[in-house]
Amino acid sequence: MAKSSFSKKSRTEAGQGYLFMAPVLIILGIFVIAPILCAIYLSFHKVELLGGYNLEFRGLDNFMKITFDDRAHIALKNTVIYVVIVVPLQTLLALVLAASLNAGMKGEKFFRIVYFLPTLTSSAVLTLIFMWMYNQNGLINHILDTLHLPTYNWIGDPSVALLAIMIMNIWATAPFFMVIYLAALQDIPDSHYEAAELDGATGLQKFWHITVPNLRPVTSFVVIMGLIGTFQLFDQSYIFSGGSGGPNNSTLTVVLLIYQYAFKSLGTMGYATALAFLLAIIILVATLLQRKFSKEESLY
Amino acid sequence: MKKRPIGKTILYVVLIVYAVITLVPFLWALSSSFKSLGEIVSGSINFIPKDFTIDNYKQIFTREPLFGRWLFNSLFIAVIGTFLNLLFNSMAGYALARLSFPGKKSIFIIILAVLMIPFQVTLIPNFLILKEFGWLNTYQGMIIPGAVNATFIFMMRQFFINFPKEVEEAAAIDGLGKFGTFFRIVLPLAKPALAAQTIFVFMAFWNDFMRPLIILSDESMFTLPLGLNSFKGQFISFWNYIMAASMVFTLPILLLYAFFNRYFVKGIKFTGEK
Repeated sequence: MAKSSFSKKSRTEAGQGYLFMAPVLIILGIFVIAPILCAIYLSFHKVELLGGYNLEFRGLDNFMKITFDDRAHIALKNTVIYVVIVVPLQTLLALVLAASLNAGMKGEKFFRIVYFLPTLTSSAVLTLIFMWMYNQNGLINHILDTLHLPTYNWIGDPSVALLAIMIMNIWATAPFFMVIYLAALQDIPDSHYEAAELDGATGLQKFWHITVPNLRPVTSFVVIMGLIGTFQLFDQSYIFSGGSGGPNNSTLTVVLLIYQYAFKSLGTMGYATALAFLLAIIILVATLLQRKFSKEESLY
Repeated sequence: MKKRPIGKTILYVVLIVYAVITLVPFLWALSSSFKSLGEIVSGSINFIPKDFTIDNYKQIFTREPLFGRWLFNSLFIAVIGTFLNLLFNSMAGYALARLSFPGKKSIFIIILAVLMIPFQVTLIPNFLILKEFGWLNTYQGMIIPGAVNATFIFMMRQFFINFPKEVEEAAAIDGLGKFGTFFRIVLPLAKPALAAQTIFVFMAFWNDFMRPLIILSDESMFTLPLGLNSFKGQFISFWNYIMAASMVFTLPILLLYAFFNRYFVKGIKFTGEK
């Protein structure tokens, strides 16, 4: 008797559980799980979208094509350069800003609010503001000129266009990671610093020998988030170049190339899916490598 | 003892210089939005407009009749999308934390795995699925695929695991069912977690560029980021208009931030602890 009422109760609870989960299960099923399976299928096919679908099985052709597609190489190169430069710089900047803010400064709240503005602003707006400042006779060239530094055609010159996007994005992303660092800094016990002060450590010594090592797990997180974000660079490149990745492919990123192949040229949707998988694998490998390195470091 | 003030001075210099670096682009944009076209074209570098005008803000609505529509589309999609996220993510988080049903563990693992998949992989099939549904250029096409979020399902689960069980037990004794307990007792007490979610989800919808770029081709369905991009193409040298439009687009988020400021840091802290 008791047993059957228990199982009835647990059956009702199971039903309620599924009801609570239903919206999530349906939406994830249709818009995430099914698309992943669909993407695997598409990546082995040539896809024509003319009225209906026309799918032709091509085996690994799409993946092989990546090896001799010049634009894919350029996009990969640009993206890797972008990641390698932006991730360390934005992480370092975030750390320095957080440590400075955390030193018990007056007006901390004010600085916090100011630093947070770029995080709140949309990438479209930020890109437009920077394009206006990067204008040939715009604010940035004017400042450089006043300082007797060389000026550039930031948007039109292939040798600096990607750099222009890097500067903008380091500026825009560092404050977000600063907040993550700030939260972690507040968890470092004061006693660590007090002990170092007794030993006569300077501020900079304390920073290198106490702050930085204590923040290692957070740094690992910040770097991984940075890697994921930078590998997916799209909005800024798209708006900067009007969708072309120009001038002369200098702002072409992997995601922009995926977009172009999928939606702006015919018959290359399957190839675009293959590129998307390549990107997913690159991000996964980069993340795992980062984890491995940060673990090895902590052994010493 | 003497070292300290010097150190602090250096820190203040760092903080102030960086505050200026952060503020200058915004002030420059704001100032440009109040300048006349003549002053914009002349390339003069003054932050205070010579002849201050609010005409640009009027012009963007009259010269681009769809601007008001874009603003509405963005607001509508972001508000409904955020509401659905709050509801669905909390329901799922609660079920994963508190109810027992077969397959719970596998579902939780699948949700965690979803966190790892870059958006670009599902992008192209998503487009095809929405096309099949006839949902391209529709609000539901913009809202439904983003109506749940694995990160926040996970966050709500953590929140409900730490939630005092006694509250629910008391509600059960009072004769409330699971749904009544959840909607009348648990959800109102989850306000801090919901507030943190609100600002992040709202921002993600409001600022999203790539999804609308793919789903929306009909100009009247554009959201503001897309509209802004096409606006830029149309008025390429009218930077006073472009900056005014950018400022209009930024204002709602600033208001939201002012309102939810406290929870914002908490939300980021959570992402950091994940």
